[in-house]
Order: sequence, then C-alpha cells, then structure tokens
Amino acid sequence: MSETLMTTATVAGQATTHHEEHGHHQESFISKYIFSMDHKTIAKQFLITGIVWAIVGGLFSVLFRLQLGYPDRAFPILETFFGQWAKGGQIQPEFYYGLVTMHGTVLVFFVLTAGLSGTFANLLIPLQIGARDMASPFLNMLSYWFFFLASVVMMSSIFVNTGPASGGWTMYPPLSALKQAGDGQKIGTDLWLISMALFIVSSLLGGLNYISTILNMRTKGMSMTRMPLTIWAVFFTAILGVLSFPVLLSGAILLLFDRNLGTSFYLSDIVINGEVLPNEGGSAILYQHLFWFLGHPEVYIILLPAMGMVSEILSVNSRKPIFGYMAMLGSLFAIAVLAFLVWAHHMFVTGLNPFLGSVFVLLTLLIAVPSAIKVFNWLTTLWRGNIRFTPAALFAIGFVSLFISGGLTGIFLGNSTIDIHLHDTMFVVAHFHIVMGVASFFGMYAGVYHWFPKMFGRYLNNTMAYIHFWVTMVGAYLIYWPMHYQGLAGVPRRYLDKSGWVNFNNFRDLDQMITIVTILVFAAQLLFVFNFFYSIYKGRKVRSQNPWGANTLEWTTPVNPGHGNWEGDIPEVHRWPYDYGKDGREFIPQTEPVSANESKH
Amino acid sequence: MQTFFILAILVLVFVIILQISKASEYVSQIKGYEKARKQSNRINGFMLLGFLIFGLIGVYLCNEWLKGRILGEPASDHGELVDRMLYVTLAVTSVVFVCTQVALFWFAYKYQESDDRKAYYYPHNNRLELIWTVIPAITLTVLVGFGIFYWFKITGPAPKDAMVVEVVGKQFGWEFRYPGADGVLGKKYFKKVDAVNGNPAGQLWEDPANYDDVFVEQEMHLVVGKPVQLVIGAKDVIHDVGLVHFRMKMDAVPGTPTTMWFTPKYTTKEMKEKTGNKDFVYELSCDQMCGKGHWSMRGTIVVETQEEFDAWLASKKPQYLVANPDKDPNAKKDSASAALPMVSVVAQNKIN
Repeated sequence: MSETLMTTATVAGQATTHHEEHGHHQESFISKYIFSMDHKTIAKQFLITGIVWAIVGGLFSVLFRLQLGYPDRAFPILETFFGQWAKGGQIQPEFYYGLVTMHGTVLVFFVLTAGLSGTFANLLIPLQIGARDMASPFLNMLSYWFFFLASVVMMSSIFVNTGPASGGWTMYPPLSALKQAGDGQKIGTDLWLISMALFIVSSLLGGLNYISTILNMRTKGMSMTRMPLTIWAVFFTAILGVLSFPVLLSGAILLLFDRNLGTSFYLSDIVINGEVLPNEGGSAILYQHLFWFLGHPEVYIILLPAMGMVSEILSVNSRKPIFGYMAMLGSLFAIAVLAFLVWAHHMFVTGLNPFLGSVFVLLTLLIAVPSAIKVFNWLTTLWRGNIRFTPAALFAIGFVSLFISGGLTGIFLGNSTIDIHLHDTMFVVAHFHIVMGVASFFGMYAGVYHWFPKMFGRYLNNTMAYIHFWVTMVGAYLIYWPMHYQGLAGVPRRYLDKSGWVNFNNFRDLDQMITIVTILVFAAQLLFVFNFFYSIYKGRKVRSQNPWGANTLEWTTPVNPGHGNWEGDIPEVHRWPYDYGKDGREFIPQTEPVSANESKH
Repeated sequence: MQTFFILAILVLVFVIILQISKASEYVSQIKGYEKARKQSNRINGFMLLGFLIFGLIGVYLCNEWLKGRILGEPASDHGELVDRMLYVTLAVTSVVFVCTQVALFWFAYKYQESDDRKAYYYPHNNRLELIWTVIPAITLTVLVGFGIFYWFKITGPAPKDAMVVEVVGKQFGWEFRYPGADGVLGKKYFKKVDAVNGNPAGQLWEDPANYDDVFVEQEMHLVVGKPVQLVIGAKDVIHDVGLVHFRMKMDAVPGTPTTMWFTPKYTTKEMKEKTGNKDFVYELSCDQMCGKGHWSMRGTIVVETQEEFDAWLASKKPQYLVANPDKDPNAKKDSASAALPMVSVVAQNKIN
C-alpha cells in the first residue's frame, strides 16, 4: 500500500472534514479509513481519539490546578471562555467539581483504557502472534464505534446547561442518585451513566475479540509461552475487563433506575434540603462494592498493558532477553487474579466489618510480591545490557522508576491502619497519579515511540521526544512527590480552597509550585501531540524493515503493511521472542529455526 | 495582560523548540544517524545519572522543606498506633526505594551502549528469583501482621465507660447529639425530621430516652482522657468524619450507621501551646466528596476537662424542650430559674 494512503488512515478520527475532499473514491475511503475493519486502522482510531481526550482531560487539570494554586486570584480569561462557570474569572465550585470528575473519568476510561488497550491490543495482537486480523474484524470495528458514541455522549454532557456530572469519577450514590443534590447531579449524571454503559459495551466487544484472537489465531509454532509479554499483558487485561466491566454496568444501570424510576437500590433514610424522600431499605455501600469490583481490576487494566510494553521495550533496547520470562508471566497472572480480590481496600473506612477489612489488607499487600518480582526482573534485564536510550527506552525506564515510587506508597494505603489517616487525602491523589496515571502514560508513550514506525512508516522527531521525556519525568516527580506531604498533613482531596481551614492552610507555596509545573508539563504533552501529527506527514521515513533490531513478528511485515499484514504466507515461529545477545549474535528473530549447535537456556 | 504575555512566551518557546528539533534532524542527516544516535545516547546516559543524584538530593531537600508542616504528635491513643505503623512502613519502604532507584539509574548509566560491550545473555536464574519472591513476602507479612494487630485494636469494641456522641453530616455541615444524663441516645426516624419545628434530628418524642438528648450544630465538645464513641450517620449523601489530629476517619452513610471510638489526649488549650498556634482548633473535615460545598464542610471540636464539659452541657437545653416548649417546666415557671441544673430537668422529664 502506498505511503499517502497510510497517512490518510490517520485522520479517520476527523472523518467528516475529509469526506468531501475524497469524494471521488468515497466508498473505499469510508470502508478503509472510517468504518475500517483493519486492526491497524482501528488501533490508530483508538489512539487518535485517546489523544484528543487526553488533551481535554489534561486541560481540565490545568484549570483546576489554577484554582488550587491561586484560590483568591481572578483570571478574567476564564470568564471569557467559560462565562457563568468562572464568574469574575474565578472557577465556581460546581465547575471545579465538574472538571475534577471529567478529568478522572476521561483519563481513566477514555485515555488509559480505550486509548491504551484499544490502541496496542489492536495493533500488536495480530502483528505479534502472526494473524492477518482479529478473530472478528466486524466486532472490532463496532468496539471502536461504541467508544466513539460514548465519547460523543460524554463530550455533550460538558455542554449542557447544568454542567457535566460532578460527583467524582467514582460517582458514589446517594450524591449521584439525587437530582436535588446539586447541578451536576441533574442531566449531566444521566449522560455520564449512558456514556459509561456504551463504553462498557465497547470494551467488552474489544476484550472478547482480543481473547479469542490470542487463543485461536496464533501462527504455526507460536505456542502460548512463545508469545511476547506484551501479548500476555493485553491477554490478562482483556480477561480482567471481560469479567469486571459487566459488574460496573449493573451498578450503573441500577443507579439509572434509582435516579429515574424511583427504585431504592442505593437509597435509604434520606432528607435532602429539608425534603424527606420515601426511599427505604437500599444500601449506598452496595454501589461501592459493585463499582470497586470493576474499579480495582480497572487499575490493572490500565497498568498491565504498560507493563507488557515496558518489558518488551526494555529487552529490545538493552539487547538482552527479558529476565525471568516465566516469572514475569507468573506475576502477571498473580496480579490478574489478585486484582479481583482486593477491591474493598478502597472501602476501609466505610464502616466495613473490621474482620473483612483485615482480609483485604492481607490480599492487598500480597499484590506487592508479584509487583516486586517484576521490578527486580526489569532491573536485572538492564544489568549488563548494552542499552540504547531510544525515547521508548527512556520512557520504559521512567515507567519502572515511577512504578517503584507509586507502588511503595501503595504499601501505606493498603494497610488499613495507616489508611484510616491517609484515606481520601492528597496522599491518595499523589499515589495513584504516580503509579496508575503517570506510570501508565509512560508505558503508553514508550509504546507510541516504539511502534510509531510500524504504524506510520516514519519516525517521530527525537529532539522533541527527548525534551518531552525529560520535562515529563522531572515534572511528574516535582508535582507528586511533595504532594504526599500534604496528604500526611491530612489535607483532604477535592478541596478547592483551603483558606477557611486552620490546619490545612499552610501549603500555599507548594500548591503554587505544583500548579506552575503542571502547566509546563501540559505544554510538554502538547509538544508530543505536535510531534505526533507532524511526524505522520513529515517525519523521517523508515527505510529498514526492522529498525530496532527486534525479534518479534511485527518487524517481518513490510514497512507499511496492508490489510492482511504479510504479503506472502504468515511466517512460522521457531523460538521465544527474547533471543538477544545469544551465542554472540545481537538478535535472532522468532522466525529463524533453531540450529543444531545453538546453546540451550 | 499578564496572561497574554505568559501565553506569548509559551508560544515563543514552542516555536524555538520546533526549530531546534528540525535543525537537529538535518544535522544528524549530515553527520550520519548512527553517529548522532550514539552521541545522544551518551547525553541521555549522563542525564539519567544526573536525575538519580539530583533526584535523591531533591528528596532530601523536599523533606527539609515540608517535614515541619505535617501534623505533629497525634492527639489520640489510636493516633499513636497509626503514626507508629506509618513510620515503620516509611522506614521499610525508604530502604527499598533508595536501593531500587539507585540500581535502576546506575544500571542504565553503567550499561549504556558501548562498542566494546556485548550484552550478557542472561534469561533467568531461579535462585535469584526465589530470593526476591521470598524476601518481599516476609517483609510484607511482618507489615501485615503489625497492621492487622493495630487495626483490630482501633476498630475493636469501645470501652464500657466511653461517652457516646452522635455525629450526623448533611450538605454542608455537622450536627451532634448528646445522650444527656441517661447516657442513651433516644430513638429517631428520618421521616420525623422537621427542622422548622425544632426536630432536625428526627427524634421520636414517644421515646423517653429522647427527653434529655441535647442537640448542637457545628461544634462538638469532648472530654480529655475519656474514651468517646461516635455514632455516625448522614442525612442526605455520604460524608466522612475526618479528624486529622486524632488520626481517625469514618464515613457517614445515610441509612447505615457507623461507629468509631478513640480517646483524646490533649485539650484544645494544651494543643495551642504544643503547636505554638494561638488560633489552633481541632477541625472536623468532610473527607468524602459530597457536593459543591464539600471543601467548606467544616466542624470544630473542643476538647476540655470534665468540669468544663459538664458546665457546657448543662448550659444547653434538651431538644425535647426546644421542640415542645409547653413541656418545659422552666418556661412555665418563667425564665427566672433557667439555669436549673441538668439533672433536675431530667428528673422532671422522667416524672412527665
């Protein structure tokens, strides 16, 4: 396929604007680039939609950081753009909580779930296991378009008169169930729930497809234990999603019923603004169980693909096999299983039975063991390597650093005794942003930098990439490291102005510092976005079929693979994907038969 | 205007970076990509090492900068357990943090690409992997053990002599109810809530235990050294009773009462001296997102001696009498003896 057609594929997200221009081959354009069934195009659609959402979500965080850093300062420009929501240039409380809620929802679900899994599962599964496409290309296409529909609904909720949902991304009832509780609890919350339902459908269609493709469509010789760790990671991710998202769906549907049909699943004993509601017998805590039964696996749905890609990228760039492949696989499995057994650690202080709490402490801290194994194995993979610091490799190293930092603070929060003090403070915010937010973003960036040549046949600009990495890396620590101290001081999260408090009002300088760094880091992400779109058209062309000297199958396809990926037969696999530096050879692709005098491992 | 300048500067920096990036692309084209790549590899290697060194210095400086602002000594017995657990965990994780981060960045620097090195083919080592499975497992078992031991101490049943206070959260404030002399909180039912007619808590006036219950808002009084059990509820949405100085926290859930207990160690007056802050008050913060006024949902707590507390409670009229002024013996006898001692009011109520 020609270069130009491949690049057009990237603008499928903005289909309508390009529609007219390509009228002369309208039909093929639509089937190739809009309602495409090619997994590579769908991956790009997920990625670009994810980037758009990431800009929106990131911009929201800049806005509420302005409020946090400068609570008594007016920014007239905000009123220009947001009118009544920023009256007098100051962000109003309803607006603030709407921003926080949308920031969380968008980044957790639309960027780090759809944008991350959607992109790399779609791109890598067929390419790395040696399949021409997904098991069901049609379901795969539907998966993207349900996500697109969910995006449209969520985006529209930002523009309704009463504002978007503002009950926090966890959407706990009764707050989210009662329209009387505030403006954000009106139509905005209904739209949020509908959007989430559509999103869940999308993620289930995607997940089932990923699982069946991996199980059924591996090429000859590609046994399960010869799969790259990326594939194992997205495999476990898909299983987690398929088993846990339906539970969130039920939770969301019951909440819709409570809101609109007068049921009492979550409501009981409520007097709001002097009005006594008739509901009795519901349990507000039930929702939290349903939510976190998804919500905790969700953390790993976000993190596992990043772990998989980091493993692959560290191995390729240190020119060494990943250390302890089976242990890496075992720990992925252990994490996937334990992910289902720890949800109540989000609920230690809800009045949960203390005995139940103690069981969840045990199971939660158990997750630290497979996590530790992974960290040590990554370190050993670097040890005595010959490391190339490609932008992807730097982001992978950054991921490990952040995963360590954020993982260790998890040991504080997973311990219910300490959680009593730290629960719902800025410590939690710092913890999960480092370990789930920034770390996963680093994994995603590593993936984008590493597989961009496969996606678009061009390289990203290295200088911009290095600036992007270093600003983000330093910025992430500057933002979140000192934030832990706020949490240790007990400053609650979601407080938009602390000046009315005697004990929480002594962090003004810190809040300002964090706000300034946030703006700079956001600017660095825009630089990445620019680099991304610029390089699609103007980047240096990839001339070699295997630019990183990697073993996996995607680099045996043409530089710009067409639909079907391989021009001739699908290659046969003869070995695991990590034979780097073996027998004095820099790398041995998976397609090369094992020779008789090769050393065993 | 200032905003405009900042935006202009940002755009300018952006343009400069773009130009440099383009230029560097051309330079590496002239120099040869392989050479340019090796050069940037060395630079990044040094920067990783620099990041480690400046990062660790930064961690130290950050601690110097902010350590004085985290809360001092805990003001409750349970708070001591929480803090002890926290510092034990901090010690363990600090060691792991420094070791792993140093290893990560040092390996990255030390084993950066070099023409004279060949990567060492090292796919696995079962003994090593066993070691770093077992050591974290043992460490975590110890932490879990301590954690659960303290957790049961904190969440265990309150002592028999604990005083009881009911705390109820609503958008956006706090309500408290004291059981009065009988030590029993009267029954309540949410459908009876009627703030206009003096029954904001929804007390059932049929229940005699309600006759002496005292209802106050926004300010809770506690006795130093005396265990207190909070019976926690919410009227509208989920709130959370956050007591930073006592290191305690418990959700307030509509329809599902929760409890927690602790023993305050210092009076408010003592804390003023300890913190050197004459404006010090114990604050009660809502820690669970509850609507647009969440950030301002503040209550205060006064910890005082038993005598001060008794005097304070005696100055409050039971809500039963506020809601039913006709039942108030003092009102009938005119307000001359308004400051009648609590006990006699209770006694008269019981007679009623």
